[in-house]
Amino acid sequence: MVAISEQTYKNATAVTRRDNPFRFDPLFAALSKAAAITVLVLLAGIMSSMVYGGWDAFAKFGTGFFTGTQWDTMNDNYGGLPAIVGTLSTALIAMIIGVPLSIGTAIYLTQLAPGWFKGPVGTAVELLAAVPSIIYGMWGLFVFVPLFAAYFQVPVSQVVEGMPILGTILYARSPSGLGILSAGVILAFMIVPFIASLTRDMLDQIPTVLRESAYGIGCTTWEVVRHVLLPQAGVSIIGAIMLGLGRALGETMAVTFVIGNANRLSASIMDPGSTIASRIASEFNEALGMQMNALIALGCILFFVTFVVLVIARILVSRVKQY
Amino acid sequence: MSQMAVQEAPSAAAPKADAPVRIGVKNLDFYYGGFHALKDVNMNFGDREVTALIGPSGCGKSTLLRIFNRIYSLYPEQRATGEVMLDGRNILSPNIDINELRARIGMVFQKPTPFPMSIYDNCAFGMRLYEKLSKSELDDRVEQALRKAALWDEVKDKLKQSGMGLSGGQQQRMCIARTIAQQPDVILFDEPTSALDPISTGKIEELIEQLRADFTIVIVTHNMQQAARISQYTAFMYLGELIEFGPTTKIFMNPDQKRTLDYVTGRFG
Amino acid sequence: MTDASLTGSTPSAGPQPQIKWGRVRQSRRVQDKILRVTATGATALSVFVLFWILGMLLWKGGQGISLDLFTKITPGPGTAGGGLLNAIVGSIVLTFLGIAIATPIGVMAGTYLAEYGRGSKLAEVVRFINDILLSAPSILIGLFVYVILVMPFRGYSGWAGSVALAIIALPVIVRTTEDMLRLVPNGLREAAAALGAPTSVVIRQVCWRAAKAGIVTGILLALARIAGETAPLLFTALNNSFWFNWNLTGGISNLPVTIYAFASAPYDNWQQLAWAGALLITGAILFLSIAARALINRK
Repeated sequence: MVAISEQTYKNATAVTRRDNPFRFDPLFAALSKAAAITVLVLLAGIMSSMVYGGWDAFAKFGTGFFTGTQWDTMNDNYGGLPAIVGTLSTALIAMIIGVPLSIGTAIYLTQLAPGWFKGPVGTAVELLAAVPSIIYGMWGLFVFVPLFAAYFQVPVSQVVEGMPILGTILYARSPSGLGILSAGVILAFMIVPFIASLTRDMLDQIPTVLRESAYGIGCTTWEVVRHVLLPQAGVSIIGAIMLGLGRALGETMAVTFVIGNANRLSASIMDPGSTIASRIASEFNEALGMQMNALIALGCILFFVTFVVLVIARILVSRVKQY
Repeated sequence: MSQMAVQEAPSAAAPKADAPVRIGVKNLDFYYGGFHALKDVNMNFGDREVTALIGPSGCGKSTLLRIFNRIYSLYPEQRATGEVMLDGRNILSPNIDINELRARIGMVFQKPTPFPMSIYDNCAFGMRLYEKLSKSELDDRVEQALRKAALWDEVKDKLKQSGMGLSGGQQQRMCIARTIAQQPDVILFDEPTSALDPISTGKIEELIEQLRADFTIVIVTHNMQQAARISQYTAFMYLGELIEFGPTTKIFMNPDQKRTLDYVTGRFG
Repeated sequence: MTDASLTGSTPSAGPQPQIKWGRVRQSRRVQDKILRVTATGATALSVFVLFWILGMLLWKGGQGISLDLFTKITPGPGTAGGGLLNAIVGSIVLTFLGIAIATPIGVMAGTYLAEYGRGSKLAEVVRFINDILLSAPSILIGLFVYVILVMPFRGYSGWAGSVALAIIALPVIVRTTEDMLRLVPNGLREAAAALGAPTSVVIRQVCWRAAKAGIVTGILLALARIAGETAPLLFTALNNSFWFNWNLTGGISNLPVTIYAFASAPYDNWQQLAWAGALLITGAILFLSIAARALINRK
């Protein structure tokens, strides 16, 4: 062999390159980076527009905005407590009803359903998650609420009337079916498919070996679920539940249909109330001046509450498949 | 095992005397993050010769191959230091146009990598990037490349069909056609037959034998008989170091190093 | 649970059988039974609710399906008859415009996350924030667009509605694009790069092509997601009971807001139209969801 020589430089110019064929390359990289940054800008924009739009209300009412119960459009005096309480209580009711149902559904889909049945039922549950919230609202208002009033509110109110505590919490002054509890139940139906399909995906990710070895030492399905699957997927299931909570807190249309949109704070969950989202949805278009600022301020509160919930959820879930 | 390797070794064509150097490697080190994968490698690759890189898994043979077209630069944590001269220029220097370099140095991978497009478009992929060709010129070059890759007769009636529909061996030959269509100077083969059946392997080995007339070839293989059959030069690597490099017949029949002898006779590895 | 399996509940009968059947304690059987019944019941309830909703829509909405629905515009208060033509066209325009805005940005951002930003801090932050945006309440997105587009320009507009829908669709597209590009094997990228293709060509001609079905699925899912969105349109596109103006300034009629307004209105024909609209929109969304699933499973 001889040393590196210039004579071997033969093909160097034989290839005629197009004039600068890759001019687009850095531009493409820059565009894709800009698109990624857009996502950040959007969230920052949402955050600052809420603070900006609600600023006047926060400035005028101070902490009174969080504790005040008045929503007086005549005198421009606004307090957000009923809506805040409504938001939290409907979400809480939704979680109490929805979480066991979701986890039960996920367990059925991963452990109990026969193979041929898993696909269709799983798809049905996912489709339920795709049904728009306004449809849940209509179903709630026209189908669920009358049944709920006739077969739950009326009898329960009769039973609990005069009882301590229960007589306050569960008594319906006007059993119309509309109210915090109805909203919570509808929300539960809405979040079940969502939490269930996330939980199913997480249970599916647990290695089969683990499950089989538990069955192998004679565990029943309950024991496998209780001692193997839930502890394994525990943290991410809590994350999925938090994602459901985030959804329940901000859900608008379904709630607006069934909550009754009352501006008062009531001790009974059978009574009409309102949530932040339903208050905004039903009043925003007629709102002017300070009322609009107060509504955006409510939106701002909702934003920060859901933001915290979603951040925690995302940290716990740390990337499960979700569309 | 040892006898087989030794007997087969001479069947490869004898190295050309005084072949000019195509790739010169000097003081080459390579790192995967903190891991020192190649240690001070020095060797020269002759023009239009087949050089085989052999050694046990993890010895750095694929790593070395992946330096020649700087495919490792796709991964920011990998870096090389030293000098790799190709036709008088150091390809490790930051001034080199990596894309042009890769167009001049083709590479065929372990697993076939058909692009999700037609057989024709697969073959024309590289040419379309770098050359302004008329439709008929492009057709000619695709046909030539497929003929050279011994695939033309099998696919000439279905050039518009997806390349993903071919068998594994056909896909690999299509990838070779795609590489030679671009008329590179050097072709790198990274264990090109390890995912293929013996018949496809035989076809590809035959093909490499023929390609030698036009291209400088470097092939990584874990199969010593393959190295003996098709290469003129062989480099034996171990734990990131180049142990011995020389004509294939010498490496397989009487290597200088004991470790080389142990490896080619199957005593370890 | 181990001690439970060791303590047998049936008395041993005779010396010879060392291992007996029936060692599973009754309480364990009961627990297991309860789990099975509850889990099955929960699933049955979910599926039942789906069919209940679909049944309700078909029953109440089916009666309202007629030619008028697609040929006449929404009736005024107390006016008989009428259809949903303007709302249907408006919804289609808003939704597709939203997707048209969101798709290029979403696909590019997803491409950044999967291709350019591997291991970078920026990509990590964007991914996290995108996941937050994915679940952000849509009503807040409506408020945001109100503040940035409706307030300054003093008026509801189709553009504002489309932008709101685009912001809802964006994170879905970003997420699916990234996930689908990550499924493209690295060998393919290396092979294209080894032919001298620069990164942008590798991405556009090889990676995007290989992930095409998945990315299209993401776009379909985003379409399904925004087609029924109502809350963000309330303060952006609002509604309009007339034929809309094509330049999309001013309020634009759309199905969800029309359904919302008509559903609890005191006119029978309005309610009927609301149900028919609900059936149309749910049908379209379920069709899109199923099509998306079929597309991704075909591969």
